[in-house]
Amino acid sequence: MTLFYALAYLLAAVLFILGLKQLSSPKTARNGNFTAAAGMVIALGVTVPQLHFTSAGAIIILLGVVIGAAIGTIGARQVKMTQIPQMVALFNGAGGGAAALVAVAELIKFGAHPPLAEALPSVFSIVIGSVSFAGSLVAFAKLQELMTGTPITYPGQQLVNGLIAAAIIGFVIAVLAIASIPFSFLSLMVLALILGVAFVLPIGGADMPVVISLLNAFTGLAVAASGFTLNNFALIVAGTLVGASGSLLTKLMSDAMGRSLGNVLFGAFGKVQTAAGAVAGKEGRAVRTASVEDLATLLAYSQRVIIVPGYGLAVAQAQHAVRELADLLEKRGVEVNYAIHPVAGRMPGHMNVLLAEANVPYEQLKEMDEINDEFKNADVVLVVGANDVVNPAARNTPGSPIYGMPILNADQAKNIVFMKRSMRPGFAGIDNDLLYDPKTIMLFGDAKDSLTKLVNAVKAA
Amino acid sequence: MNSELLNEFTFFVLAVFVGIEVISKVPTMLHTPLMSGTNAIHGIILVGALVIAAGANSPVTIALGLLAVVLATTNVVGGFVVTDRMLEMFKGRQTTRTQEPVKPT
Repeated sequence: MTLFYALAYLLAAVLFILGLKQLSSPKTARNGNFTAAAGMVIALGVTVPQLHFTSAGAIIILLGVVIGAAIGTIGARQVKMTQIPQMVALFNGAGGGAAALVAVAELIKFGAHPPLAEALPSVFSIVIGSVSFAGSLVAFAKLQELMTGTPITYPGQQLVNGLIAAAIIGFVIAVLAIASIPFSFLSLMVLALILGVAFVLPIGGADMPVVISLLNAFTGLAVAASGFTLNNFALIVAGTLVGASGSLLTKLMSDAMGRSLGNVLFGAFGKVQTAAGAVAGKEGRAVRTASVEDLATLLAYSQRVIIVPGYGLAVAQAQHAVRELADLLEKRGVEVNYAIHPVAGRMPGHMNVLLAEANVPYEQLKEMDEINDEFKNADVVLVVGANDVVNPAARNTPGSPIYGMPILNADQAKNIVFMKRSMRPGFAGIDNDLLYDPKTIMLFGDAKDSLTKLVNAVKAA
Repeated sequence: MNSELLNEFTFFVLAVFVGIEVISKVPTMLHTPLMSGTNAIHGIILVGALVIAAGANSPVTIALGLLAVVLATTNVVGGFVVTDRMLEMFKGRQTTRTQEPVKPT
């Protein structure tokens, strides 16, 4: 029977891997999610008959599953697609918290002198899981705007964080080497929770996706560590897969912003950028504007149009309006594509989800490397609610905070149309020279409003 | 190092390589669903939560068990449901060209 269970867990692990593999194409991705879910059902299904229930145990499991399933389903069904990053943060925190609690309970079971092979992964799981739990909650609060998105810093912050980390190491040694008493695990957990909060506070709202991805990797590793304690291969493989994927995504995201992970986590980016923004800001420079009708004519008689969508598009709920405009132009024989910067939206791939919600076919969404050479052939680039991802300062101004960030070559197009609410700089808080380029036309106003007007004007053109 | 620990460690190391290999093939377009999907997968900690909750026999272990099961179930169920909601929307040209009302349900 143990052999059967072991094979079932192996099957679950294989299904997780196959599920992730199917995620490599939008055609098979949905099935991939089902495949992974099937693996989960198998892993849970073979766990239940192996349990030895106390009477209280049966009740709390039933109760816990009902409550958790209700929260999970309602949360996942109600969430708006613009809020996906914070939802992911919440679910990730839940997993991290569960991993920490499981490890605490396991250590209590082992008593005063747990064997090192069990205690080491448990302690790891408590620390990493708690950091992930607390950090994810702060990330959620920042993205949901329950608290300020600007970095919270104070003098001596690094020292304080360092002291918390040192105290954690002290407790870890105490638990492992001296004796494990419940008091020490709880203190360890509380300290790790504090560290989680302290670690995320100085990181700005714009960098939260990187943090969420990193904490996702943390939770994965905490789960893998629990697998070592519980001697369960499915937990080890699943947790490690997530750890690897989270680490890789974290790196890809920092690369897409042209910064190192260390700079994101410890750079208190927001502080630097406001200073630089003030220096770069040149007030009173002239920009060119045009009427909606003129822009409609320009678009309607173009051959190639590239749309650069940013988070401002989603904030204005203008995804459907932009799709309508694209459809209309395509009917007139204009070739329309969307250029998606790797960090468009609130996290990589977020813009694709938002546009998919508006029924934009995914073939029209081009990744940066794929479309960057085509900007020079484009008649019009329509930038909607984006700014930093087309800012040439990333290429030309070595002192700029975004210098080195890969950008879309919108400046190479024949005409550039910016739809913006105002001249206010983007997320990174820096002035964009492209706005003052002679090829650039500004269309001020709410993106949805402007796009709707543009749609009507193109119909008339 | 006993042989079971060695086996587990082997699994761990191999899983790191499989993870990097598989994930690096996922296009940026799908990175948000990927993050959310892997998020659901680490909900497998529910297995551990069930083990500790089932054996709960003191107020402390009951509280730990209940909380762990609630959190882990939220993670699993919420993770898979929200990923499915996202992936359901990813459609190619064929389906969008025929427009929604035509689609038989």
